[in-house]
Amino acid sequence: MTTNAAWIQVDPQRMQAFRDEAIARLTRAAGEVVLDFSSVKRIDTNGVRALEELAGLADEKSINLVLRAVNMDVYRVLKLLKLAQRFTILT
Amino acid sequence: MKEKPAPLGDERIAYLEGLVRQGKTAAALFTQFTQQDVDRIVKAMALAGLAQAQYLARLAIEETKLGVLEDKAIKNMVATEFVYDYVRDKPSVGVIREFPERGLVEVAEPIGLIFSITPVTNPTSTVLFKCIMAVKTRNAVIFGPHPNAWQCCREAIRIMYEAAVNSGAPEGVFTCVESPTIPDNVYLMHHKEVRLIDATGGPGAVKAAYSSGKPALGVGAGNTPVYLEKTAQLDMAVVDIITSKTFDNGTICASEQTVVIDDEIYDAVIGKFAELGAHICDARETELLGRTVIDPETGTMRPMAVGQKATDIARVIGLRVEPGTKLLVAPILGVGPGHPLSVEKLFPVLAVYRAKSTEEALRVCIDVNHAGGLGHTAVIFSRNDEIVRQFSEVMDAGRIIVNSPGSIGALGGVYNDMVPTFSFGCGTGGGNSTTDNVNLYHYLNLKRVARRTQAHMWFRVPNQIYFNMNAVENLRQFPSRSTLIVTNPMLEQMGHVDVVRRSIPAGTPVRVLAIPDAEPEVKVVMHGVETLNLHQADQIIALGGGSVIDAAKIMKLKYESPEADLEELATPFLDIRKRVVRYPARKADGVRLIAISTTSGTGSEVTPFAVLIDKDRGRKVTLADYSLSPDVAIVDPQFVMSMPKALTADTGIDCLTHALEAGVSIHASPYTDSNAMQAIRLVFQYLPLAYEQPCDEEARSMMHNAACIAALAFSNASVGVCHALAHAFGARFGIGHGRANALMLPHVISYNASVPTKFMPSPNQRAYVAHKKYAMVADLLGLGGDTVAQKVSNLVIATEELLDRLQIPRSIAEMGIPEEEFERAMPDLAKIAFDDPSWRSNPRMPLVNELVDLFWKAYRGRGGARAAGASDGAAVKEWSYV
Repeated sequence: MTTNAAWIQVDPQRMQAFRDEAIARLTRAAGEVVLDFSSVKRIDTNGVRALEELAGLADEKSINLVLRAVNMDVYRVLKLLKLAQRFTILT
Repeated sequence: MKEKPAPLGDERIAYLEGLVRQGKTAAALFTQFTQQDVDRIVKAMALAGLAQAQYLARLAIEETKLGVLEDKAIKNMVATEFVYDYVRDKPSVGVIREFPERGLVEVAEPIGLIFSITPVTNPTSTVLFKCIMAVKTRNAVIFGPHPNAWQCCREAIRIMYEAAVNSGAPEGVFTCVESPTIPDNVYLMHHKEVRLIDATGGPGAVKAAYSSGKPALGVGAGNTPVYLEKTAQLDMAVVDIITSKTFDNGTICASEQTVVIDDEIYDAVIGKFAELGAHICDARETELLGRTVIDPETGTMRPMAVGQKATDIARVIGLRVEPGTKLLVAPILGVGPGHPLSVEKLFPVLAVYRAKSTEEALRVCIDVNHAGGLGHTAVIFSRNDEIVRQFSEVMDAGRIIVNSPGSIGALGGVYNDMVPTFSFGCGTGGGNSTTDNVNLYHYLNLKRVARRTQAHMWFRVPNQIYFNMNAVENLRQFPSRSTLIVTNPMLEQMGHVDVVRRSIPAGTPVRVLAIPDAEPEVKVVMHGVETLNLHQADQIIALGGGSVIDAAKIMKLKYESPEADLEELATPFLDIRKRVVRYPARKADGVRLIAISTTSGTGSEVTPFAVLIDKDRGRKVTLADYSLSPDVAIVDPQFVMSMPKALTADTGIDCLTHALEAGVSIHASPYTDSNAMQAIRLVFQYLPLAYEQPCDEEARSMMHNAACIAALAFSNASVGVCHALAHAFGARFGIGHGRANALMLPHVISYNASVPTKFMPSPNQRAYVAHKKYAMVADLLGLGGDTVAQKVSNLVIATEELLDRLQIPRSIAEMGIPEEEFERAMPDLAKIAFDDPSWRSNPRMPLVNELVDLFWKAYRGRGGARAAGASDGAAVKEWSYV
């Protein structure tokens, strides 16, 4: 993980705002974007949709999307949905 | 010919893929939910379903035109209230059951996405039931309802879905295929994201589910026989049958189809049916029914009759019945193709059969059961428990309903304590994977967390052991009405028997049986049993070496338990507690066995083993059971003072082998170690003295004790590969057991001290410790060495020096066995050694080629043996048993 990567705190209470901010950052960023999941205890359908969208955008822009501090429950969901492979995941 | 279903278009596939995507996401998200989460959601769903029970019943009636509104409402209530009552307190998330005493925990894992087929006969109730089961177990479901019931099902799913999602369930947890078709079902059944198919419906749907190659719960058709036996409470039985058969117009597949009635009560039963609103058909009416409601081509019920009222069916087929008739009762004379009404009829037409006897009644019930109802449900009304038992044994049915209605009884939770369900597993008889009432446990992957357990161990020894010079005098404390001394002619000649006689309380009738000084044969043992019987002995004194004592052990066994089959008792086993063959229990008033050893090696006076030769069959068998252990052991060195030198050496090394092998055994324990270590110390200290100075009383006494103490160890920890090699080699070349052990022992120490090619499984040892235990022995003997390897090497050298001092040949070659002969014997030697049970407690699992290698090392001789594999340089301080 590079030190100058864009860093976004994921707030599960404000999923829409997070999504919008993440898309904006991804659009501007290059190299790597880090999504900090330390506040996320559980992910829901909106969260999954947002991650799918962000993964697609990151692919387009060749940006490495890093999910940091993902708890085991959320990680398991990402594995079951085959989403985990689309990110660099730091637990 | 059936028309092949049209393939699915792209649009339809995209639609189905959307359902799968939603369900898959919901199932994944569901894995994060806690027990509290799902219990909250399930309660909300149950309440929502209950509130809409009548509404959904009406929708089902309107769409399917089957059944009875009130009954469908009751089914919806059962599917919510009763099912909720069943699941509410049951854990279904994470750890759901714990068995601390067994170290086992069961953890529930959701299955994922389920594709569920629901029937036309019980459409909304089945949906309500399956929704509750799915959420309770954190699964998502795509429903594929019967095409004639999909709209009412969709509404039931909507109600449950909204209740669930509003209480926090993941979006997409339930979806319903709109306007479902067979190709839709086929597509979803084969979809890789669908983890389980739950098919409740007709045989076609069930077969398709099982043919998909996916895990499936397929439950299907029945043909419920009812035996109305003469001891039954008739009023209750008739009401129950009418209640059940007319419930929802007979659409529940567990409902009664043919009632077989005992002759004695037949007329009374028919009268009661008529009295309570049934129309009893005459022969002409029965024939009419048979050819109208049953399709003569297929031999199955016609759809037009399914779920219809009795009066409507009568009207359609031109049968005149009273208004309000509940049920059409049709007497039949047999079961099978000539008797169309003997098959399943999901409408209020009930066949009845008059049986002349219980046997005939049971036979006809079996015939009905086999006419399309295998594995499903059978009903009996009887107060005769024996007949209920007989009926239960001969019926192939997942549910045997006793003295209650079949349909509502099979649903569970109303008339009995079975699990409430709307899916009846029919077992393999019905082509299903379960006979259960399908329930929440079928919607879970159960994970078993198995913790390492410690096998229970023991230290079992004879009650009394008397030792030191003149210990034989303790015989005075054992009164007897009749005593038999078993010995051999030599000992009798030497005067040992007289010594024993003098210690037996005066006045005790004593007989002597001298048997050959060789491993006992069956005929010798049986002669001993005859002698015991002849004199009605209550005490055996075995005076001799291992052979005599072994013979006495088996004589006692056969004397007390003549039925004991020695060959069967010799069956090999892995774990004495789990062995197939059980020995007769020790008898409280059984004969007392006192063993007095006259050699210092086998320790047979305290062991639970006995060897027997069966000359007729040319084989040797080993009996092993703690019931064989003598009651009293006397370890009196006066009987070994005159033991010849060679015998002193060989038996002494046998004793050392017992102790060393028990010490490194995978069954070793602190209890056996204390004995093994002490025996080893005594052997190294006193065996050379006893050998070189046979009259040294202390040396003889200590070696006699050592043999007994080593036997206490190996009686409980067993021996090892050295014994397996020695048994094979000794038998083949006629070499005594102790000497055969001596030739193998140093090589076995080196072998066991090196890293095993294969480890022996043992829950009681957490590490491979044989090398460290040999090093402990070296420390005990003061052999020196800084590392484990050095200590093991020193032990091997000390053992070799001991053998040299005892003038034991250094090799098999030195014993005059030609190399070619040994080589020829090798395949047999290796096979016999590998088959020998002795090595099963060895710390290394010997491979056959390793046994061959050990034999060759013994052939070439000792002197160069070193602990090649003992590479751990750390000083040994302790090891772990647990």
